[in-house]
Amino acid sequence: MKYSRNELMVVAAARELKNGETVLVGVGLPNLACNLAKRIHAPNLTMIYESGVIGAEPSRLPLSIGDPCIVTNSKSVCSMFEVFSYYLQSHRVDVGFLGGAQIDKYGNINTTVIGSYAAPKIRLPGSGGACDIAHLAKRIIIITPHQKRRLVDKIDFLTSPGVLEREKLEVKGKGGIKVITSLGVLSFNEKHGELVLESIYPGVTVEEIKENTGWNLKISELLKVTPEPTTLELSTLRSLDPSKIYI
Amino acid sequence: MSKVTTMEEAIKRHVRDGDTVYIAGFTHLINFSAGHEMIRQRKRNLVLCRPTPDLVFDQMIAAGCARKVVFSWAGNPGVGSLRCFRRAVEHGIPNRIEIEEYTHFSMVARIYAGALNLPFMPLRTNICSDLPKVNRNIKFITCPFTGEKISVVPALKPDVSIVHAQRSDENGNAQIWGIIGDQREAAFAAEKVILSVEEIVEENVIRRDPNRTLIPDFIVDSVVEEPWAAHPSYVQGYYDRDNDFYLEWDKISREPELVEKYLEEWVYSVENRKEYVEKLGAGRVLKLLPKRFYSLPVDYGFYR
Repeated sequence: MKYSRNELMVVAAARELKNGETVLVGVGLPNLACNLAKRIHAPNLTMIYESGVIGAEPSRLPLSIGDPCIVTNSKSVCSMFEVFSYYLQSHRVDVGFLGGAQIDKYGNINTTVIGSYAAPKIRLPGSGGACDIAHLAKRIIIITPHQKRRLVDKIDFLTSPGVLEREKLEVKGKGGIKVITSLGVLSFNEKHGELVLESIYPGVTVEEIKENTGWNLKISELLKVTPEPTTLELSTLRSLDPSKIYI
Repeated sequence: MSKVTTMEEAIKRHVRDGDTVYIAGFTHLINFSAGHEMIRQRKRNLVLCRPTPDLVFDQMIAAGCARKVVFSWAGNPGVGSLRCFRRAVEHGIPNRIEIEEYTHFSMVARIYAGALNLPFMPLRTNICSDLPKVNRNIKFITCPFTGEKISVVPALKPDVSIVHAQRSDENGNAQIWGIIGDQREAAFAAEKVILSVEEIVEENVIRRDPNRTLIPDFIVDSVVEEPWAAHPSYVQGYYDRDNDFYLEWDKISREPELVEKYLEEWVYSVENRKEYVEKLGAGRVLKLLPKRFYSLPVDYGFYR
C-alpha cells in the first residue's frame, strides 16, 4: 500500500506507545497517534487531555483538546487544576506529546516568540501546558515536520525544556525525549549528549535529512530504517481521519 | 430582591472600566454573550484574564476593551493563530496591550490560590524555562520543609468573574457537567460573580442532584438566563462547538476592516443574545444539536 511520509510519522509515533501507559494527548497528529496505538497494539492506553478528561474514547476526531466528544464515554472528568496536579505533577503521566515552532538538538522547544520577546517578529501562542508537560511527564514525544526553520541550532525563546534541562531538575520526569519527524526519528544519545538520527524512513536519504536540519545532526552508529506502515496500521489511521484534516 | 437579570444589566452593574475581568471556560462554556455585551457597552482598560484568550478576547481586544491580557495559550484552538491578539502585541493595533503570560498549570494554580484565599501556590514547573525571565510574577522559593527549590505564582483575585453553566435555580446554585475547567475556581476567587445559564430550573431540580452543583448561590451576584451564551464555543449536552465559525474567524481576523464589519454586524447592531441567535438562523443552530445521551440516575436515598 502506498503511504505518505506524514502517515508514517503518525505510525512511528504510535509505535512508541506501550500498552498500559497513560498519555497526555494533544489535538491533531498526537491524537491520531494515540488512537491508532489504542486500536493496534495498546488497547489499555489511557488517554488524558489537559482539559481534564481522563480515559477518553472519542467517537469522532476531536477538533480541539476540549471537544465535547472526548467527554462523552470517558472514565472521568476533573478540573484543569486537578489534571495538572493530581495527574501530571504526581508523575502519573508516562508520555507527553509536544510540538513546536523551533526545536534544538537537546529537544528544547520554543512556542512563544520568533524574534525578541519585547518586540516579536511573530507572536506564537505560548506555553499552554507544554512547559508543564516537559517538566513533569516521564517521557516526551515531539512530533514535527522536518524543516530547517523548525529544527534550529538556537531557539529564540526557551518555552519548554529538553533533555539536558530536565536532568537539572531535583524532581524530574525520568526517561528521554524522542523527536518523530516527517523524515525519521531522532532520539537522545548519552554518548553524544544530544539528539541523533536513530531511524530513517524508507526512501529518505541521510543527506536529505541533514539538509533539512539546522545543526550538524549526528547519525547513530546503529541507524535503522523505519519499517513501512502495515496495511492494518494504514487502514486504521485513515479511518480515524476520513476527511483528511491532519494527514 | 431577585438576582435574575439581563446580561446588559449585569455587565452595567458589575463591570467598571479598568476592572480585572476573568471569563471562565476551557474551550467549553465560554461566555461570548458577556464578551459581546462588554464590547457593546464600550468597556475600556480592562485586564482580561483566562488561560486561553480564545475568540472572545480576540474580539474584545479588536474592539479596544483591553489594556492588558493575562493568559497561558493565545491561539485559535484547533485552527491556528489569534490574529487580533497578535496585531495588538506585534503592532499595537488598535492599541498597545500589556501581556502577562504563564503556563497552563501556573494560570490555573493562580485562580485556585485565589479561590483558596492563599497568597500564592507552589508548583513544580517553570524552573527550566525563559518564562520567569519575562514575567516577574513567576518566582522561586526554597521549601521550608524539604529545601527543594520550587516555583510559586501569585493568587489571582478578579474583580469580576463571568461564568456560564448548563443550569441553575433563580438564586444561582449552578450545575455544570462536561469539562469543568476553571469555572469553579473563577467563581470562588472573584469579588463579584456574574452567572449565566442555558436554563433556569426549579430549586428542587438542583437539590435532587447536589453533587453536580459546583457554584453555590451565595457567591453569585447576578443570574442571567441566556441560552446559546457560549456560541461559537459549546455547552455539553446542549450544543456543539461551531467549528465553521472558528475557521471563519481565522479569515475575518486577518483584516482589521473585516473585523470591524463583523463587530458592527454581529455585536453593535444586535441588541442582545436572543437577537444574535435569531440572526444565526435555524439551519446553523439545528446543525449544532447533539443526539441525546443521558447518564443513568443515581440513588441518593431518602432518610427518615
